[in-house]
Amino acid sequence: MNKPRNNTPVQPSAHRDNAREDAMDAAQGTAKKDVTVPTLGARGMLRWGWTQLTSMRTALMLLLLLAVAAVPGSIFPQRVQDAFAVATYIEDNPQLGPILDFFQFFDVYSSVWFSAIYLLLFISLIGCIIPRARKHYHQIVSPPPRTPRRLQRLPEYGAMEMAAGGPTPEQALADAEKVLKRRRYRVEVRRNDDGTGSVGAEKGYLREVGNIIFHVSLVGVLVFVALDAMFSYRGQKVLIEDEGFVNALVAYDNFYPGSWFDEEDLEPFSIRLDSFERTFDRQLFGGEPNPNYGQALDFVASLTVQDSPEDEPRQAELRVNEPLNLGGANVYLPGNGYAPVVTVRDGEGEVAFSGPVITRPDDGVYTSMMVIKAPDASPEQLGFVGLFLPTAHDTGEGLAVSIDPELGNPELHLNSYYGDLGLDDGIPQNVYVLDTEDLTELNSRESEAGGIVLAEGETQELPDGMGSIEFEGVQDYIALDIAYNPGTTWILVFSLTATAGLITSLFLRRRRAWVTVETIPGVAGTGSEEPAPGPDAKGSEHGRTLVRYGLLARGEDFRLRDENIALRTQFEKIWPVRPPEENNES
Amino acid sequence: MTVAPLSAQLSPINVELAEYSELFMMISAFIYTLAFILFTVDTARSSATIRRVEAELSAEQRERTRATALVGADGPDTGDNSAPAEHPTAASSDLVDDDLAYIGTRRPLANVAVALTAVAAAAHAFAVISRGVAASRWPTGNMFEFLVAAALVVAVVYLAVLTRRDVRFLGIFVIGLVVTMVVAATIGFPTPIGHVQPALQSPWIAIHVTLAVLAMAVFTLTFAMNVLQLVQSRREKALAGEPKGGTDRRLAKAQFMRLVPSAFSLESWAYRLNAVGFVFWTLGPMITGAIWANESWGRYWGWDPKEVWTFVIWVVYAGYLHARATRGWTGNRSAWLSIIGFVCIIINYTVVNIWFPGLHSYAGLPE
Ligand code: HEM
Repeated sequence: MNKPRNNTPVQPSAHRDNAREDAMDAAQGTAKKDVTVPTLGARGMLRWGWTQLTSMRTALMLLLLLAVAAVPGSIFPQRVQDAFAVATYIEDNPQLGPILDFFQFFDVYSSVWFSAIYLLLFISLIGCIIPRARKHYHQIVSPPPRTPRRLQRLPEYGAMEMAAGGPTPEQALADAEKVLKRRRYRVEVRRNDDGTGSVGAEKGYLREVGNIIFHVSLVGVLVFVALDAMFSYRGQKVLIEDEGFVNALVAYDNFYPGSWFDEEDLEPFSIRLDSFERTFDRQLFGGEPNPNYGQALDFVASLTVQDSPEDEPRQAELRVNEPLNLGGANVYLPGNGYAPVVTVRDGEGEVAFSGPVITRPDDGVYTSMMVIKAPDASPEQLGFVGLFLPTAHDTGEGLAVSIDPELGNPELHLNSYYGDLGLDDGIPQNVYVLDTEDLTELNSRESEAGGIVLAEGETQELPDGMGSIEFEGVQDYIALDIAYNPGTTWILVFSLTATAGLITSLFLRRRRAWVTVETIPGVAGTGSEEPAPGPDAKGSEHGRTLVRYGLLARGEDFRLRDENIALRTQFEKIWPVRPPEENNES
Repeated sequence: MTVAPLSAQLSPINVELAEYSELFMMISAFIYTLAFILFTVDTARSSATIRRVEAELSAEQRERTRATALVGADGPDTGDNSAPAEHPTAASSDLVDDDLAYIGTRRPLANVAVALTAVAAAAHAFAVISRGVAASRWPTGNMFEFLVAAALVVAVVYLAVLTRRDVRFLGIFVIGLVVTMVVAATIGFPTPIGHVQPALQSPWIAIHVTLAVLAMAVFTLTFAMNVLQLVQSRREKALAGEPKGGTDRRLAKAQFMRLVPSAFSLESWAYRLNAVGFVFWTLGPMITGAIWANESWGRYWGWDPKEVWTFVIWVVYAGYLHARATRGWTGNRSAWLSIIGFVCIIINYTVVNIWFPGLHSYAGLPE
């Protein structure tokens, strides 16, 4: 008879709690006991713990936990995105802030608890894949599983009794083998001595292969995300028209290196901003501005770049969705704005500050925040805070707003202060923020002197002979992000193999089929003989060949019924099957 | 119409076509509402429907006993006679089929509702496509367009499934959701037609957002199925044992639920669709999202609130797929996971878009 094969005595941990394995084993009548809790002892406990960690249920729990743990990162500001927002949040919530900070709620994705969850998940994953891959390899190289004793218990089942002139059991077995092979099953025929026997068949091994590729690829993605984070760097640089930049640590405004970043990795390419062009929506609907009038449509920075000091300078264009690749790093255009050129003279008539001031656009019409610090001014240091309006429009209450993003009527609206700007304390300061607490106000809308309002080319004297400020003109600036991510290609490759594996695993069907051939006892082996005609017709029915077949799927298989029908149709094509009514004798 | 020069790649908005788009949007919303009302009436009158279906079925039964040659598991069983494994379908008796095949076809109200849905979807499709043509771009550039497109895909997927399977029992839920989405888009996020900002002018928008819309549409359908599964499973339990409390008793008597397939069948159909939705979600929001982010922002993943929720949704549905293969987690528990996944999607498109600031602030909402 059939040797029991493929009968792994103990469920590998990867299959603990797997409902699909349970269902399959139950249907095949090969249900196995779970690994029982082993006898105590350190080794035993370790083994038991490992089994638990790599069970389906644990994987599920860890997955759900991971989902929950990711949520706080969308509720609280994160340092990876906006360290300044985090600082503000803690300042605004002096009670809660430090507690949240202690529990790493502002660094969720690098926090101990988040890392613990995903590391456990991936350990579980590896502990899950290895035994499963081994078991699956074993299944691929060994013959299809042994024939269950009762095919009737399988989800899809059929039986056919051969009509007169039908095949002998030997013939039926050979035919069944052929049919199954044609349907791309891997088959094994198990013959008994009396000519009867069974065929075991299986197909869809790729389903499990796909599943394993999917899970392995997830590990690949994680590994390369980690490597990428270690070797990457990312920096920011603001470039004003006609200004240049050489890729070196000192040249960056902000720089975020990976933990294994080496300064040597910076390729010495250089970039110069020649000009910058903005395009806005200017379409009129029936003579009226359209609802999106003034919306930005296109930003183009014209650059002169040099891949290295030895290379020839060349022209390049940088746009929002089209990064520029230089020396392995990508250069992006995340922002732009106006840089009004301002000259500040102090109380002694000396130039205390002169040059373009980078402003921060706040809205679609480029209402821009600006800060000027003139620490060299004497007798008092000077500071200015206010707005740059590209197209200023007086609302009538002495308040001006910008009504267009382009330079229609550029104006500076500033307050001025004098006092100690605090720059000499050695505490690093945000250049875009002026702390006015310890300063004395000179100009503001509330003050006697009023606020500073300057059109292009105008100069205004500060009160008390503190100096003057001149608005000379406007330049453009662009914000550059420079990112070096050596791992992205491999992350993408593994994401795609994961998807391919996923699709294979979800939509390919893994099926087992068995066909048994018997003769009804009494007239064994005479299936092909013409039954003797006469009154004893009923007895002769028992001398025919009986074919049963059953189908089983691993996991969901909505088409198992169709497979049943297809098999039956093919069998009926080659065999003379007795019509069903004649069998419904009882 | 004056045409001012635009940037090289963009052609001006076609105002006339845009107006037609808005008109057809209104028309389709109106017809969807009619279809929804008819589905509701059909549901409310399910006892009459059931009587008719039962009459039809018994006629068919007589016909069938005369027919010959049954195939497969329904076929004869020589030898020891044992039926193929039965699923617990008893509760829905034989009014509906586990394969969701059409049995009783004469449900005039529901059929008219389906026809109206088709007409509405055609008008809806015209509205979406003409808006895209009018602006010479892919019509998913803001919250309004996204919702309207998602509603269209929900309706089209529903109609497509209807051609193969009898999912009329879902009509009231699906068309109810479509109406909600269209109305929410029109009232909550009215956005005049226009070009999109530079960051959105990328071919990836077509792939990334379309896959997200497709996934969302599929998850919407499975959400309805999983909710019904929970109700049906409770009803099956109430019918099998003694009902506990008034809700169970009312459920046991609920005629409409007899037109809904068994909990088991709903679960496997929802699983089948969720698998498709998960692949869309993996390819769309996750992978093409990361590719585009890398191209536009210089990092493939930055844990922006929108990205966080995209990840959460992916993990929840991965959990769901796992649960379906985990002992003790099939059935109602996995249905809950699928429902939670859908709730996360709703959060992602409402709360996150509106209240959590981030790079994905393209909703086109007024400041
Ligand atoms: C990073 C975490 C994981 C994710 C995102 C994940 C995701 C998935 C997904 C989406 C599926 C369904 C598609 C398919 O069948 O290929 C799946 C199936 C499966 N996973 Fe995971 N998985 C993870 C970890 C694990 C772990 C730790 C185990 C080990 C216990 C595991 C075992 C399985 C098994 C056995 C299946 C097949 C279920 C079936 O029979 O259909 N997975 N996984």
